[in-house]
This record gives sequence, C-alpha cells and structure tokens, in this order.
Amino acid sequence: MTVSVEQVRYIARLARLAFSPEEERELAEEMSAILGYMQTLDELDTSDVMPMTHVLDLAGVVREDVVQPSITAEEALRNAPDSCGDYFRVPKVID
Amino acid sequence: MRWATFGSTRAALARGETTCEAVTTTFLRAIARKRHLNIYTYVDAEGALRTAREQDRQLATGEAPPLAGLVLAVKDVLCIRNWPVTCASRMLDGFNAVYDATAVARLRRQGAILIGRTNCDEFAMGSSNENSCYGPVLNPRNEIYAPGGSSGGSAAAVAAGLCHAALGTDTGGSIRQPAALCGVVGLKPTYGRVSRYGLVAFASSFDCIGPLTNSVEDAALILAAMAGVDERDATSAPVPVAPEPVGLTDAARCAGAALRVGVPKEFFGEGLDSTIRCSIEAILHRLRAAGAVVKDVAMPHTRYGIATYYILATAEASSNLGRYDGLRYGYRPAPDGRKRIDLHALYAQARSEGFGKEVKRRIMLGTYVLSSGYYDAYYAKAQRVRALIREDFDKAFQEVDALVTPVTPVPGIKLGSMINSPLKMYLSDIYTVTANLAGVPGLVIPIGAHASGLPIGLQLLGRPFDETHLFRLGELMMQLAKD
Repeated sequence: MTVSVEQVRYIARLARLAFSPEEERELAEEMSAILGYMQTLDELDTSDVMPMTHVLDLAGVVREDVVQPSITAEEALRNAPDSCGDYFRVPKVID
Repeated sequence: MRWATFGSTRAALARGETTCEAVTTTFLRAIARKRHLNIYTYVDAEGALRTAREQDRQLATGEAPPLAGLVLAVKDVLCIRNWPVTCASRMLDGFNAVYDATAVARLRRQGAILIGRTNCDEFAMGSSNENSCYGPVLNPRNEIYAPGGSSGGSAAAVAAGLCHAALGTDTGGSIRQPAALCGVVGLKPTYGRVSRYGLVAFASSFDCIGPLTNSVEDAALILAAMAGVDERDATSAPVPVAPEPVGLTDAARCAGAALRVGVPKEFFGEGLDSTIRCSIEAILHRLRAAGAVVKDVAMPHTRYGIATYYILATAEASSNLGRYDGLRYGYRPAPDGRKRIDLHALYAQARSEGFGKEVKRRIMLGTYVLSSGYYDAYYAKAQRVRALIREDFDKAFQEVDALVTPVTPVPGIKLGSMINSPLKMYLSDIYTVTANLAGVPGLVIPIGAHASGLPIGLQLLGRPFDETHLFRLGELMMQLAKD
C-alpha cells in the first residue's frame, strides 16, 4: 500500500487542508503504513455480512413541531470571529 | 486525601462532620498545589464555592439535592454554559459555550459542584494526552509517564485527589485506558445510555460520556444521575435506567457466586505485559474461589478491531470536523489586506493553522477512506467487520454475564515515547476499541501496581444496558484485589 505525495495533495484539497512539502512527504509515509495495516481486513470474507451502520436498533425519532425556547441571535453570534448586526461577517469572496 | 470518594464525603456531610464549602476548599487548595501536573485547563473557584455554600444552607434545611457535595471536573469537550470549551485545540481558543450539555445539566440539577475543566487530547484524539494545545498532563502516580488519553486530565484529576470525580468521553478507550494508567475507576456506559447533546462530536456512532471516580459506587451514582433518554439526542436510548445500587458492597458479595465470567484468550496473546497478565490471573483465581464460574470464550475477530475502528472513527471524524471552517465560530486567520481572498484558501488556512498534527492526520485518513474509489475497500468493508465483532460479543454473552480482559498491553506510556509513531499509538488501543465497535459497556477498576508505581487496571465488559452487573462484579473484584 503506497500513498503518493500527489494523492496526499488531492485528499488535502478534499479535506480543505494545506501542508508544506515536508509535511506532505511525512503524511504520504504515515498514511501508507496505516492504510497498509488496515488492509488486514481483506483476510476476511464478508460477502454475506450486512454492513453495520449503527449499534442501536432505533427508529427515526419524531416530535410535535412546537416552538421551544432556544438560544438568542446574540448568543449565536457571540463566538463568531466577526459579525455585523444579526449577521456573521466573512471576507469578500466574490466580485 | 481524607474525602477521596463522594460516598465517604456524603456520609461525613450527613453526620455533620464537614461542609460542602470545606470539601470544595480542600480540592481547590490541592489543585493549586498540583498545578505542575497540567491537569486543569480552567478552574471556577468562585462558582464552585458559591454552589457549595448554597448547598450547605440547603443541607441545614433538608432541601439539598441528592448529590450535594459532589465536586466534579469535566473534560474540556463538554459544553458548560458560559464556560470556555476548547477541546484542547487552538481551533476553539476563546470559544464560550452557550448551553449546558445534557449530562452536565442533569448532574448540576442533582447537586454536582462544577469545579473546572480538564486537559485532554485535541478533540479527544489520542491515547496519551500529549496531543493538547496546553501541553501534556503528567501522570500523578509517576510523573515521567503520560496519564493515558484522551481523558488523561480527568483520570489524573481523580488520581491526584483534585476532585471527587470527573467526566470523560470514550470513543475508542478514552475513559478506560487513562483510568487504568492512573489507577482509578472508569466507566464507558453502553452506547446510547447517556445523551451526547452538548458533547463536541468526534465519531458520533462511538462517542460515550462516562465518569472517572475513586470507587465503583461513585461511578454508579453518577451514571444513574446523567443517564436516560433525551429528546435532544435521537441516539439516546429509551431504556430504563437501573436505580442507584444501594448497599453495593453487600450486593456484590452475594452476586459473586451467581456470576459467570468469560475470559477471551484473544485478549491475552503476544504483546501483553507479563505483570498485567499475572495480576489478572490471580484475581480470576480468587473469583473462582468466591464461587463464580470462570470460563474461556472465543472472540475470533478481536485482532481486526484496530483496523476496523480507525477506518470508521477517522471517517466519522473527517465528516464531523468539516464544521470548522473559520466562518461562524472557531479560529480564523487574520486577513491579509492586500490579497484578494479565495474561499478555498480561507478554509484551508483556518483549518491548517487551527488543528494540531494528529487531528489533521485523522481528517486525512478519514477523507481517504471515504473518497471515491476507496469507499468500498475501506469504509464499507469495516462496517461489515464491525457486524462480525458485534456477533462475537453477542455469542459470548449467551454463555457468560461479563468478560474480563486487560485494558492496555503496556504497563505505561513514557512521555514522548510514542508521539512520533502514530500506528504504534493506535495499536495500543487493541483491548478497548472492540467495546466501542459493539456498543457494549466497559468498567475499568484498579487491581494493583507495577514496581514503577504505575497502577494495573482490569476491564470488565458487559451486555448492552447491563452496567449493573459490571458494578457488582467490579466492586467484588476490587475487594478481592485488596484481600
């Protein structure tokens, strides 16, 4: 199992992360080792096993659509890096 | 420490021998003395003393809540209204919670005195508490060792006598492994037993909130107070909570004879420290003498636990941590006025500067196993193996009431010894991850110590929603360990 530096760059882009060339080389090596170890699962024949998505056998939980007390707009904005009035403010990203 | 357990404090309060304020003050002084262990990330002395004084007044009039006098620390991943919650990450530096986690709210209502927040691995990812923006916690039993992780601060706080109990979280062993390495009791409840509302998500199909304490009784009291269905967490299970075990000690003695205990040989293979093995065998011998049935059981898929867990948990983490984009909350890099901003670059810069190394490594692994072309080979495959691991447990529990296993293969983790070998660190979780994959409860108790002073822990695994059996057996085995 070998993960290339190009693959690291591709995955980093999907994950919205950026790395230095040195970090990319290190990650390629570490991910190769870890993903290689994960391939031990290939020893098992699971063709007739259903995938398990969750340990609990729970059905969808529904409730009445009733307004409940919740946090205020002011509280919701309290941890924003930048805000203006009732809005989150972000850098200009479109022309 | 005179009031090491809440049980003994509660008895002393009832006899009028101490006050909630005196107990809280004692812990606050201990916290100040042990600052070098780097256990607390935040201490609310004023708030804790205010609650304690109010409870003293309530005790005088007989109106005190049932857990009055319980001094509780909380891992820095659970929301407490108006307190910072950082997940030991630069990403959440300065973030203040706007509501209480359900587990915290329930304990507060029952009388818990919240004293502070404990250090941990960043976003609960790690097995040594060294992946923290606050730096590592030192193990109070031997300070050149790590306390384990990720709830290392919580385990160390209880071991060092800096609170009665602490809340931790367990996604792949993060309560049980530090409990073992610090010599305290640690409970990972059944998945769904405790609401996850207000817990900063790591891997949602695994995350569990549980107590670290100095006695099995304290763990049982805390579980009973915070467990139960919660409309704010659709995965909290509508299963009735057993009442707190009154007279646990007597019940444990009686239960000993009736219990059937399984020993999975796959947990005692190559790589297990010989002192840990011998200590567990000695206890099992005494358990047999006490009348319990001890038998071998097979858990053939145990060896696939680490690979399965790290595929699924990193996948879930990569998805959960997608929310940190630097826009609505969390770290945002200072703008460079001259440059036109590219949205992708803004996300990438915020995330790359805000997250630490291990968190980024796991996001990368999780993104890889979920990416087009690899999904079936890794993620879907691991979901199938997860079903096989659950089957191992279901089969074993047809024959026995609980399983007895080691917690860690190694006696301790020296600070700095594993931090540069991620795979080696992952492999050390071999005995804890399968309980998370299967969703079953696990209780860790201290049963002895190595020559180095480091404690030895033992793990009991039980049927889903049957923590009561674990408490009785745990109490009995702690007594057998002392005899």
